Amino acid sequence: MEEMDQIYNEMIMEHSMSNKNRKPLEKATSCLLGHNPNCGDEIKLEILVKDGKIVDAAFSGHGCAISQSSTSIMIDTIKGKTVEEAKKIIEIYLKMIKREKLSSKEKSMLGDARAFENISNMPARVKCAVLSWHTMQDLLNK
Amino acid sequence: MKKLMGSYKMEKNFKNDFPIFKGKDIVYLDSAATSQKPACVLDAMRDFYKKSNANPYRGAYGLSVEATTVYNNARQSVADFLNAKESCEIIFTKNATESLNLIAYSYGLSYLKKGDEIVLTILEHHSNIVPWQKISKQTGAKLKYLYINKNFEIDEKEIEEKITKKTKVVCAVSVSNVTGTVNNIDKIIKKAHSVGAVAVVDISQSVAHSKFDVQKTNADFVAFSAHKMYGPLGIGVLYGKKELLEKMSPFLMGGDMIEYVYEQETTFAELPNKFEAGTQNVGGAVGLEAAIKYLNSIGFKEIEKHENELLSYAYKSLKKLPYVTIYSPEKNRSSVISFNIKNIHPHDVSTMLDMANICVRAGNHCAQPLTRFLGIDSTVRISFALYNDKSDVDKLILQIKNIYEKFKKYIEG
Ligand SMILES: Cc1ncc(COP(=O)(O)O)c(C=O)c1O
Ligand SMILES: [Zn+2]
Repeated sequence: MEEMDQIYNEMIMEHSMSNKNRKPLEKATSCLLGHNPNCGDEIKLEILVKDGKIVDAAFSGHGCAISQSSTSIMIDTIKGKTVEEAKKIIEIYLKMIKREKLSSKEKSMLGDARAFENISNMPARVKCAVLSWHTMQDLLNK
Repeated sequence: MKKLMGSYKMEKNFKNDFPIFKGKDIVYLDSAATSQKPACVLDAMRDFYKKSNANPYRGAYGLSVEATTVYNNARQSVADFLNAKESCEIIFTKNATESLNLIAYSYGLSYLKKGDEIVLTILEHHSNIVPWQKISKQTGAKLKYLYINKNFEIDEKEIEEKITKKTKVVCAVSVSNVTGTVNNIDKIIKKAHSVGAVAVVDISQSVAHSKFDVQKTNADFVAFSAHKMYGPLGIGVLYGKKELLEKMSPFLMGGDMIEYVYEQETTFAELPNKFEAGTQNVGGAVGLEAAIKYLNSIGFKEIEKHENELLSYAYKSLKKLPYVTIYSPEKNRSSVISFNIKNIHPHDVSTMLDMANICVRAGNHCAQPLTRFLGIDSTVRISFALYNDKSDVDKLILQIKNIYEKFKKYIEG
């Protein structure tokens, strides 16, 4: 049960069910689809960028709790940041998933996304936790 | 005395036959993906490599002849197991997938044309769909599906109406790897023959659980993998009626499947070698033969009794949980149950069960047309084998209840 709390904690479960960031973004400036054939996870990310800043972001799609919650939390984390800041945050997140050591500044930049720190204990599910982050990386580099 | 023996047998703990469970406290409920291997299979393979290993067919020396003999004895054992008329009707392949591809390419490509129809059940595994799609595109033959009813079974009416004079090939699983539905194979084969079509039966999911007799059923082609029936990975079987195999052209080309090779032309070997190109997996064939011996030593009567009891117990236990939806028939089912827990994705269920050392499969189980037909993305699947017992089911149900208690507020929405 302890292991269960590490992965399926309150925040991850809440975000996986929440509709807060799950909506169409009418004024989106760009969008990208990501999918994880392993689980059948599918997400569509939409962002609204103005003057180099991510003014708004949203997603739609379906899949497991890990993929859906990591998408929702990512959106909370990068919304309002500049594109360059967001890219940096994504890099730090992927570093965390790879179990590389993070500085305390890096940890604070990740905010709630640190909830996925333990996902590396579940190698079969790492793909779910990085799907939207990789997709966002591609979207920002487009 | 007889009675005593009977009750002793009933209590036999098959788990002891499987070394993987020694010192490993796991509940293995994924035998439909691949079964665990009994010690007798591992020993037979090790003995082969220790004592008889050589390249079969290719040497005139004693050891190579021995490897060839061992290989063809295994072929005879498979022929006996399926009750084939002749051992040359047994072709060794890498797995069921290769067997089904062989049928599609070597039979389908030569004997199908525009206007013909290939009829598949919606319960097929991708390995019995995708090759036929390719053949369909190349020949112009049309693909048609037999759909299941609300009880996950194919109605007789569906069989009667969809298999017509245009039908040239009918493909059916004996047992679905998603729902566990037992297809009415006798009926399907009879109907196929009545319109002059050949029947391809994928027995991958029944081969370890019930007897399949190729003469009694009159199947034209049969495919399965050894690894789902206590045998090793990497070897599979294609059974084909001799008169069909003889008129088909080879599938893979290379060494051992030829007679004479000239610079521009080749003549091919006789059955079964015609379909076995390259150095063969003798170690695998030995393991498969040992697995057949293991199954025979227990007997399908005993196996069915043990597994059906467990299956009913699991089905009833799951049925009691109002937040669980089952995707398996009430009757006519075998060894497999699919289900979902309300509002929790099957992959999360699988991870949560894994946290209690319970191994189950989650996903579309290589049957996307079926899951799409059912209107779902994926399911949690449990499947049983000889080494499972009621305590495995109890542990599963307990952990599902734990999941429910923990995530009640999400499950109840
Ligand atoms: C019904 C059925 N057919 C075919 C296959 C393919 O078996 P393999 O992957 O060993 O070729 C499987 C198993 O995955 C199966 O369940
Ligand atoms: Zn996932």
